[in-house]
Amino acid sequence: MLAFIIKRLANAVFVMLSVTFLAFVIFRFVGDPVDQMLNEQATQEQRDDLRERLGLDKPFLVQFTTFVGRAATGDFGISFRNQRDVLDMIAERFPATFELVLVATFISLIVGVPMGVITAIKRQSWYAETMQFTSIIGISLPSFVVGIGLILVFSVWLGWFPAFGRGDTVDLGWWTTGLLSHSGRMSIVLPALSLSLFQITLVMRLVRAEMLEVLRSDFIKFARARGIPARSIHFRHALRNCLMPVVTMTAMQIGGLIAFALVTETVFQWPGMGLLFIQAVTFVDVPIMAAYLCIVALIFVVLNAIVDMTYAVIDPRLRGAEK
Amino acid sequence: MSDQTSGKAVPTRMERFWDSDLWWSFKSHKSAVGAAIVLLLVIITAFLAPVLSPQNPYDLAALELWNAELPPIWMEGGQMPFLLGTDVQGRDILSGILYGTRISIIIGIASVAVSLVVGIGLGLMAGYYGGWIDNVLMRIGDVLLSIPIVLVAILVSSVAQQFLPPAFREVGVAAVLVLAIAMYSWVQYARVVRAQTMVERRKEYVMASRLVGTPARRLMVKHILPNTLTPIFVAATLNFGLAILIEATLSFLGVGMPPNQPSLGTLIRVGNQYLFSGSWWIVLFPSIQLCILVVAVNMLGDWLRDALNPKLR
Repeated sequence: MLAFIIKRLANAVFVMLSVTFLAFVIFRFVGDPVDQMLNEQATQEQRDDLRERLGLDKPFLVQFTTFVGRAATGDFGISFRNQRDVLDMIAERFPATFELVLVATFISLIVGVPMGVITAIKRQSWYAETMQFTSIIGISLPSFVVGIGLILVFSVWLGWFPAFGRGDTVDLGWWTTGLLSHSGRMSIVLPALSLSLFQITLVMRLVRAEMLEVLRSDFIKFARARGIPARSIHFRHALRNCLMPVVTMTAMQIGGLIAFALVTETVFQWPGMGLLFIQAVTFVDVPIMAAYLCIVALIFVVLNAIVDMTYAVIDPRLRGAEK
Repeated sequence: MSDQTSGKAVPTRMERFWDSDLWWSFKSHKSAVGAAIVLLLVIITAFLAPVLSPQNPYDLAALELWNAELPPIWMEGGQMPFLLGTDVQGRDILSGILYGTRISIIIGIASVAVSLVVGIGLGLMAGYYGGWIDNVLMRIGDVLLSIPIVLVAILVSSVAQQFLPPAFREVGVAAVLVLAIAMYSWVQYARVVRAQTMVERRKEYVMASRLVGTPARRLMVKHILPNTLTPIFVAATLNFGLAILIEATLSFLGVGMPPNQPSLGTLIRVGNQYLFSGSWWIVLFPSIQLCILVVAVNMLGDWLRDALNPKLR
């Protein structure tokens, strides 16, 4: 057990080191930072001086260790374009992304789980087959096309929801939320829907597969034989046994959603981390790119590691599986 | 491929295909047949784009500004030959879509081909030799899979484009995109091939051909590889859809194909700017085409996965 946890942690650290290395390579080799920070009239002496102060004259490995050391304490330097601390800029944007992801996850669960149950218990009915068929389409539709479609229908044609921005936000001191104001709530509807569509189909397919499995098991047959009403069998007994994988998958997907939100944020001009990153890419603002990569990868890796370890604690069979 | 010498005439390859379970399953799946027809149509029209489209969208001389922002033909103000209307530069939307689809399909095919070659090659080596080669390759794969794919592709594509010399821009951007997409998807093939190779390696037929001195490379490619192909085939179909999607997403975000060589994603990115000005057709039709393409590929892949899965028969 302990060996498994240590192995999993070592793996996570290794992945993070590789990502940091990638970020560092980008940081170091896309454009010369000295050129970007000094103007063209700078003398060679000034350049050498800055180079020495930034530690750019040191060997590659030394530079990398310094970079990792700084990144670990949250110091990613200063944005080339805004001349502001990169971590501050990302931290400012984080609540917007996180709220979007949270609402999208919530939507995907309350829509996806019932749909999965229905498609499993009424397998032959026309509506179950329609749902199953549309789920393939739901998985195939590019998220930005869904977003544009939603804007076109619900903002441009019907005018029900705002098409961009976050609406009014309330500052809670350490967190800015859009969920407490009316315009904020209206603004989050379309982006969250478009981000959750893919999730909904995933949840639905997973619940359906798990339900089909559970419904075949002996305890369900026994419950039926005892004459327990079908509704109670499906929702109280069968569904409960399906929820574990759903919960794990949802937790694992949150990391992916945070990264993927950058597409949705671009479509809806949602002021989150992803939009910041895309803008940084356009202006080759390397410190922001590097920091975003490290932070999103960290969230992703930590979530995956936690899920894996909880799984090992709950299901002893998995401990032996990893050799 | 051993043809039994029974009394009957030996069936040709084609005859055996028409008689196979796979063809039978295909015929009985309406959605698979429909998807295949749609996909064929899309591919054929895309590759016949120079013949079919009313206008060459890359030829700036053919563009007339007084044809700008014409609505589709069935709406008031629509004009022949602009069936689906025009964009702000007077470019025919339909022509743009046909040419754009061609670029999207080519990039999709190329990235699947690259990742197949790399993935199968590395997977065979990892599975056959094992040891440190296996360890290094699989660790690299683990790392790649533990970073979100869009992020990697955006970074690779935007960073690599910085280094392209101007003379290479035209071909270079497409090549960079192909690599950015392939960089991620080879892992999947490599894992499948590796696992299967490790099983096959211990079988008697491999032992036997090693004994007669077959060189390792020939053994891997000629004898082991054919036994690993079925799952690869399914994965490649689904990855083709995914590759088109990623390319479209990158182009939409502005780190993919440039506006002078637009793929479907670029067309959508450009059209998106006119969403609020009332010219919805500029963005809507390329989006529909992209959806049709990806949905058709995925439906075929979905059917293929079920049809080739012996457990579901």
